[in-house]
Amino acid sequence: MSIDVFWIVQPSLLTVVVLYGAGIFLPPLFYRNPHVQNLVAHGAAMAASVAGIVLGLAGLLAPTATTLSISSNLPLLTFQVRVDPLASFFVLIISSVGLAVSQFAIGYVREFEGRRSIGALGGLYNAFLLSMTLVVLADDGFFFLIVWEIMSVVSYFLVVTEHEKPETRYAGFFYLIMTHVGTAFIVVTYLIFYQQTGSFSFETFGHPATPLPEGFRTLVFAAALIGFGTKAGIVPLHVWLPYAHPAAPSHVSALMSGVMIKTAIYGLIRVYFDFLGGTFPWEWGFTVLAIGAVSALLGVMYALMEHDLKSLLAYHSVENIGIILMGIGAGMIFQSYGLSNLAALGLLAGLYHTINHAMFKGLLFLGAGSTAYATHTRNMEEYGGLIKRMPWTAFFFLVGAVSISALPPSNGFVSEWLTFQSLFLSFQIPDVLMKIMLPIGAAMLALTGVLALACFAKAFGISFLAMPRSAHAREAREVPWTMRIGMGGMALFCIVLGIAPMGVIPMIDRITAPYTGVSIAGHVVSESGLAVMPGTGIGFASISTPVLAALMAILIPAALLASAALGGRLRKRHYKTWGCGINLKPRMEYTATGFTQPIKQVFSMIYRPTVKLETEMLEESHYFAKRMRFETHIEPVFQKYLYDPVVRVLNRIADRLRVVQAGSLHLYLSYIFITLLILLLWVR
Amino acid sequence: MESILITATQAIVILAVSPFLVGLIRKVKARLQCRRGPGWLQPYYDLAKLFRKDVVASTHTSWIFTASPYIIFASTLAALLLVPIFLSKVPLNFAGDVITVVYLLALGTFFLILAGLDAGSAFGGMGSSREAIVAALTEPAMILSIFAVGLTAGSTNLSTIVHKTALLQGVVTDPPPHLMALAALFIVTLAETGRVPVDNPATHLELTMIHEAMILEYSGRYLALIEWASAMKLLLFLTLISNIFVPWGIATEPEPVWMAFGLAVWLVKICGLAVVIGVIESMFAKLRLFRVTDFLGLAFILSLLAIIFFYILRG
Repeated sequence: MSIDVFWIVQPSLLTVVVLYGAGIFLPPLFYRNPHVQNLVAHGAAMAASVAGIVLGLAGLLAPTATTLSISSNLPLLTFQVRVDPLASFFVLIISSVGLAVSQFAIGYVREFEGRRSIGALGGLYNAFLLSMTLVVLADDGFFFLIVWEIMSVVSYFLVVTEHEKPETRYAGFFYLIMTHVGTAFIVVTYLIFYQQTGSFSFETFGHPATPLPEGFRTLVFAAALIGFGTKAGIVPLHVWLPYAHPAAPSHVSALMSGVMIKTAIYGLIRVYFDFLGGTFPWEWGFTVLAIGAVSALLGVMYALMEHDLKSLLAYHSVENIGIILMGIGAGMIFQSYGLSNLAALGLLAGLYHTINHAMFKGLLFLGAGSTAYATHTRNMEEYGGLIKRMPWTAFFFLVGAVSISALPPSNGFVSEWLTFQSLFLSFQIPDVLMKIMLPIGAAMLALTGVLALACFAKAFGISFLAMPRSAHAREAREVPWTMRIGMGGMALFCIVLGIAPMGVIPMIDRITAPYTGVSIAGHVVSESGLAVMPGTGIGFASISTPVLAALMAILIPAALLASAALGGRLRKRHYKTWGCGINLKPRMEYTATGFTQPIKQVFSMIYRPTVKLETEMLEESHYFAKRMRFETHIEPVFQKYLYDPVVRVLNRIADRLRVVQAGSLHLYLSYIFITLLILLLWVR
Repeated sequence: MESILITATQAIVILAVSPFLVGLIRKVKARLQCRRGPGWLQPYYDLAKLFRKDVVASTHTSWIFTASPYIIFASTLAALLLVPIFLSKVPLNFAGDVITVVYLLALGTFFLILAGLDAGSAFGGMGSSREAIVAALTEPAMILSIFAVGLTAGSTNLSTIVHKTALLQGVVTDPPPHLMALAALFIVTLAETGRVPVDNPATHLELTMIHEAMILEYSGRYLALIEWASAMKLLLFLTLISNIFVPWGIATEPEPVWMAFGLAVWLVKICGLAVVIGVIESMFAKLRLFRVTDFLGLAFILSLLAIIFFYILRG
């Protein structure tokens, strides 16, 4: 399907920029009334998101890419944007998540009224959305770096919204450093291109006059992987993510985890498939796949040990970025062997998981924000029984949990299944090593998937089920409808993406077709449109989520009818839970720590847990404990063995350098003098 | 029309045969203990009785507790409708492959874990926590072991695997990987269906339970649905083993005579496997929980080795 949509692209792009701009600059005008500020900021963001969805859809369906540019009088800089299928797809993701999150924010930021400037918060929020949109649209290296930096700095200010807490300041500082390390590597990537092609235009990056030498190409690959990988949160560059994402206000966390880290995925695909033309040795794809597999598995394992609901979700972002990279890595490997159909399939799986993760992670962060809003704590050991007090939030969180656990017929299932298939199809590769390595990746993916299930059974079960574990949870109340609608919208996106893959796959196919040279939508979606069957027409395997959903919709009522037929009318009595003869108290319930104890013990190689148990016995008898104190920690391996040594070395160097900067004016004047002398000698 | 008829027949066969397997294993165990054991129809009587009984639900529970039995029942049955039983090409084949079967079972496991936590009892939580680790270690092994066999057939769809293997008329093309995959799948079967040495279905001590601890709060028709679903899960695994590794006798075309023959052959095969499980349960003791993980890790490694060997032997 390709309709002439060129006339939609330009005005919708202009509308997006103008509306976000209004969201940035208008709220401060209403400084007397925070409520109006809230409505103006988030209303503008919602309207801009709707325009963004139109822009994204139009750009995906447009037969050719649209380029718009405003030249500036600064050297090297042109404000040039390009609306091609890849950029449009990410605009679509940013805008759809942005729409639901902005709706949620109208209710959520009321919590900050009186404590924070709503105008500033709302303005920064709009600036964040606008900068992300421009990052994916930018068609010029210099312009890209400017908006990328704005995105990083604006998100830093959003992270430190609650800067009175020391842990938030630490999280923000950590984030700021890591994101700039990443940006430095992206700068290196673009400078290599500039040095080789003499231009910052993405068009020249992709089609240089003389092709880049092999060594520089490898350098670009590595620099882009580190640079974008830091933003995406790949292991071992993920360490900032579990600090920064939870520290931000929840609607911002939803954007950071759901959308911002995806701009890094965009960057990687742009550099590897567009700039480098999709020709690379298999080692590159294998590196991406291996990093993805390790990130996925370690991400979910660390998530299991988190009892702060938002940190848990942040670690799951590491996991899901890993799954996305596994799809893309598999695609890259296939591309190296010239298996275009399979390369397109791997990319398709990765991109499908990208949009799915944006939806369910956004939804889950909004859910976590709602529970924090209602209970004023993020520690799930203090939740419990919230399903009775917050039925809507609980239901939406459950939809997100089922989707992220990839249970059929959810959207997560479709994209994880596609990833499995692209890994299993390795038997078409002529190299035995790769034939074996890809299924090992699939094994790691399978383990990741089931551990994610365990983690979300824990997150939902401990937070929402059984008895309230604290006064906070006992007094929780359902969040306002403004927030519920936002979550409902995200839940709807998840469900639609799950049962309508035949609508999504042709869209993504329009992105992958130019990079791989083949369109596979006709192979992947069956003629009836019901089933998804990759395998390039050989019918390797197939699924049909609409049929599975229909099957469940028939069998569940059938089970109800059968029970009625076999047992007559349901007679139900209510009685308290059996507690071995004593009254059950919340303290006797299973905790999140207890729930994950077996997993911690089985994988103690990775967790390296330390346990401290102090027992004080009764004086009368040595068999009865008076007081017990139990402490358990898992070792933060990457921080301890990778980051701390680097920080120590840096501090030592800085200490030495202090001598140079002694605070004496004479000394500084002599530095200037010496520098001048050297320069004079140099240029003569 | 024909496909709806075949699917409905398959559903009826599944529902009718599954409790029998549970009774058969109990009978074998009783005989090995020199007891006569309850009658062959006892599981059916139990289910009928449970359906008619009142339900006692805990006051602490939510709608999750009420909905879970139906979801577990429906997802297990849906998974079984994707598995070839008497006809190698099931009509619903296009709707899901082995990964779908595993994830449909995982859907049931997810809700069972939630239901175990819902009542707030420590026993339920304990069962849920243990089920989570057992599931985490078995389900990857299940996907990989069936994939190892699927490599020969070139598909992960169960019908394609079974159909192609059945057409080979008894020739095993890749014996070493298939044997490893069989061993892995058998271990998975013991673990997933809550059998000795992983779990003890007959235990009365809450501290040693896994599956039984999770459903401790269930009664009446809810318990009946869950028990029936567990019986179906047992049937599913025994069918997978028999039809993937030795599908011979299964109908390859939807001819009524051949399907009836296929049904009879299938019944003999799964009953044989049920007897094997009964004997194993009588011979071995239950493992300690943290020894179970080594046992399940073995299944994971075996299934991975099966795939590696397949490629190495084929070159």
